Amino acid sequence: MSTKLKGRGSNSNENKSGDALPDRLSMIDPEEVKKELLARYPAKVARKRSKQIMANKIDEEGEVPVMSANVRTIPGIITQRGCCYAGCKGVILGPTRDIVNITHGPIGCGFYSWLTRRNQTKPSSDKDDNFMTYCLSTDMQDKDIVFGGEEKLKTAIQEAYDIFKPKAISIFATCPVGLIGDDVHSVAREMKEKLGINIFGFSCEGYRGVSQSAGHHIANNGIFTHVVGKDDSIKKADYKINLLGEYNIGGDGFEIDRILDNCGISIVSTFSGNSTYDQFANSHTADLNTVMCHRSINYVADMLEIKYGIPWIKINFIGAKSTAKSLRKIATYFENPKLIKKVEEVIKKEMPQIETIRKDVKKRCAGKIAMLFVGGSRAHHYQELFKEIGMKTISAGYEFAHRDDYEGRKVLPDIKIDADSRNIEELAVEKNEKKYIARKTDKEIEKLEEQGLAFKSYNGMMPEMEAEALIIDDVSQYETEMLLKIYKPDIYCAGIKEKYAIQKNGIPMKQLHSYDSGGPYAGFKGAVNFYKEIDRLVNSKVWDYLEAPWQANPELSAKYVWE
Amino acid sequence: MRKIAIYGKGGIGKSTTTQNTVAGLVEAGKKIMVVGCDPKADSTRLLLNGLAQKTVLDTLREEGEDVILEDVLKSGYGGTLCTESGGPEPGVGCAGRGIITSINLLEQLGAYSDETLDYVFYDVLGDVVCGGFAMPMREGKAKEIYIVVSGEMMAMYAANNICKGIVKFANSGGIRLGGLICNSRQVDNEKEMIEVLAKKLGTQMIHFIPRENMVQQAEINRKTVIEFAPEHPQADEYRTLAMKIDENKNFVIPTPITIEELEALLIKHGIAA
Repeated sequence: MSTKLKGRGSNSNENKSGDALPDRLSMIDPEEVKKELLARYPAKVARKRSKQIMANKIDEEGEVPVMSANVRTIPGIITQRGCCYAGCKGVILGPTRDIVNITHGPIGCGFYSWLTRRNQTKPSSDKDDNFMTYCLSTDMQDKDIVFGGEEKLKTAIQEAYDIFKPKAISIFATCPVGLIGDDVHSVAREMKEKLGINIFGFSCEGYRGVSQSAGHHIANNGIFTHVVGKDDSIKKADYKINLLGEYNIGGDGFEIDRILDNCGISIVSTFSGNSTYDQFANSHTADLNTVMCHRSINYVADMLEIKYGIPWIKINFIGAKSTAKSLRKIATYFENPKLIKKVEEVIKKEMPQIETIRKDVKKRCAGKIAMLFVGGSRAHHYQELFKEIGMKTISAGYEFAHRDDYEGRKVLPDIKIDADSRNIEELAVEKNEKKYIARKTDKEIEKLEEQGLAFKSYNGMMPEMEAEALIIDDVSQYETEMLLKIYKPDIYCAGIKEKYAIQKNGIPMKQLHSYDSGGPYAGFKGAVNFYKEIDRLVNSKVWDYLEAPWQANPELSAKYVWE
Repeated sequence: MRKIAIYGKGGIGKSTTTQNTVAGLVEAGKKIMVVGCDPKADSTRLLLNGLAQKTVLDTLREEGEDVILEDVLKSGYGGTLCTESGGPEPGVGCAGRGIITSINLLEQLGAYSDETLDYVFYDVLGDVVCGGFAMPMREGKAKEIYIVVSGEMMAMYAANNICKGIVKFANSGGIRLGGLICNSRQVDNEKEMIEVLAKKLGTQMIHFIPRENMVQQAEINRKTVIEFAPEHPQADEYRTLAMKIDENKNFVIPTPITIEELEALLIKHGIAA
């Protein structure tokens, strides 16, 4: 470590008051940290990584530095990223309970994507279809690779149909399927014709794109093409919204449902936590789209607007304040005094208990620092929760996000299309003349914008973080370990692959993909759960005792007992 | 046992040349196994007097794990052991993976452990388009490569590409190039040009087979020339090639040339000259 770069003192409790925090951190210059992180890399690697490691700067116009994102991981670097298939089958289609998902490929892909995300679901009755607990795979063998696996896939679809009689079946292509050229789409068309149910395939071979983000796009585009708009019946409700980009991890969606329900707001469809096929099919009848995870689904919101006339706003149910703010945004949109009043009542009823707990937890957590390297939105959203208990996010980054998630949607026209992004299909949609209903006139939208309601807007993570925070895209294991040494954060949030390496460094770790065994963390009750969980983690003494025998005493001596 | 693979551009006459050469070696008392590595499964047709062969992969598919060597190894002309790897229909599956699977299976079944075998010939489809078709070169499945070529530019281009494949596996698999076999297309100045190409590639033109209609006649009758018309001069050409291969000591790691060099060669010696 260079001499200019002094790490924080190991005793992070030395200063109980949060006010002293800037002093302690001011010893660390993020530009120096960046140099340190790049120092060990070969020149070419360092050049590439230097565009993905950035000290945050916000100028007078609110502009932030250009962040390189959604680019290939450099071979040899231990990355957090997953594959396209995981993003398509696991993340997006995984939480839908009544579509039978068949993995076309060798058995491993199916097995290791089986119930590994904690997306919960609640069928309305015992008679309701729920296939989430099943794992279906064509179990391709050598001979299927040689002679092609289309026949086996047809048999698998037939079998799945005979056993479950589902509303829909979806097929996921794994790497070898793409290599040998099995056409999952033509098989889907043929079997759809034969069985009379909706069957559709996804070309989500693991090697497509640079991360799981490619899989999210393929999945969402597929649902939009094959399912959305199939059921025109209008749900009887006053305020109908879709919740896009909420995956019901640890029951987040249930808590959001509860709050919206209390406000009298109805969800037509969630994409895709606790969702069903019928909800997707009917989703074009909602009057507002609310976008939670901007990365995974913002383009679906755009398409729903162009094709069906539903405006969209960005909301965030992570954090008590953010939840309240999001509810108010929805109420503003519907412009109904009764709803506005109801939302205020709900907020007023929920907040006092939260405040009591928040203030208590804040006493013990204020001044501590967090790092967040997760997702395409979570690294941003969870900063709200930490802020509420006085904790500061000193470094953050996404695993698979794009530039707009860092810098805001205003950079969208400037994003360079390269060979990798071109590989991921972008749908060209048009106004559906029969089904398009402009929910708001241009004038009404304008008026709402004047009231501060921003449509189609997301400013990204960087403008909302403090200057000098260190932003890192696609952080590597090496960089992670360096960050731990330099900053000694009080908590580090990422996923299961990172978990134990962090803990071995004596630093508490919280998984924000699957929440370990916890949750929900969204909404009001979720905020309380999170405060308590973080309090428990950062104030536990257990990590200070983590010292292996050889660290204290490097040379162990022993002798044979019989001597 | 010598393990030989025959490569060359599609349609150049690999299978015909291989089987006629094998017939020549058989006449000289050699014991030989021919492994067809082409999904069309027609590499042993002339030795078996027809497509009498059930392929390794078809057998594997139908019988499952329970394959025995006799199921896939048929006896042909002069006691030659014939086997066909087989593969998928055009446009489906992965033929390359098929060849890998089938050679592995033949090994497991002990097809190569016959101590009386003098030669194994691999007849490989077309160009080395992917890893599967390089299988006979890898891991020492074949030790000697002969490339069938003619004076046509694309055939020479393919020969040069195959040399690149040989270089790639020369160190790991220990394979060497034994020479170019010129299967004449009656291109002007063909013999000299292939001799120059061979020299540039660091090897030899081991034999020049003249074009002869008898080859077609024998082929229609599902026989090698040696079996169909043993007295015909063309039969002697194949016998000569067989003897040259048997006596060959010239094994090299080839030195592939650039496309510009290849074009220059055609301009200097070939039809453009």
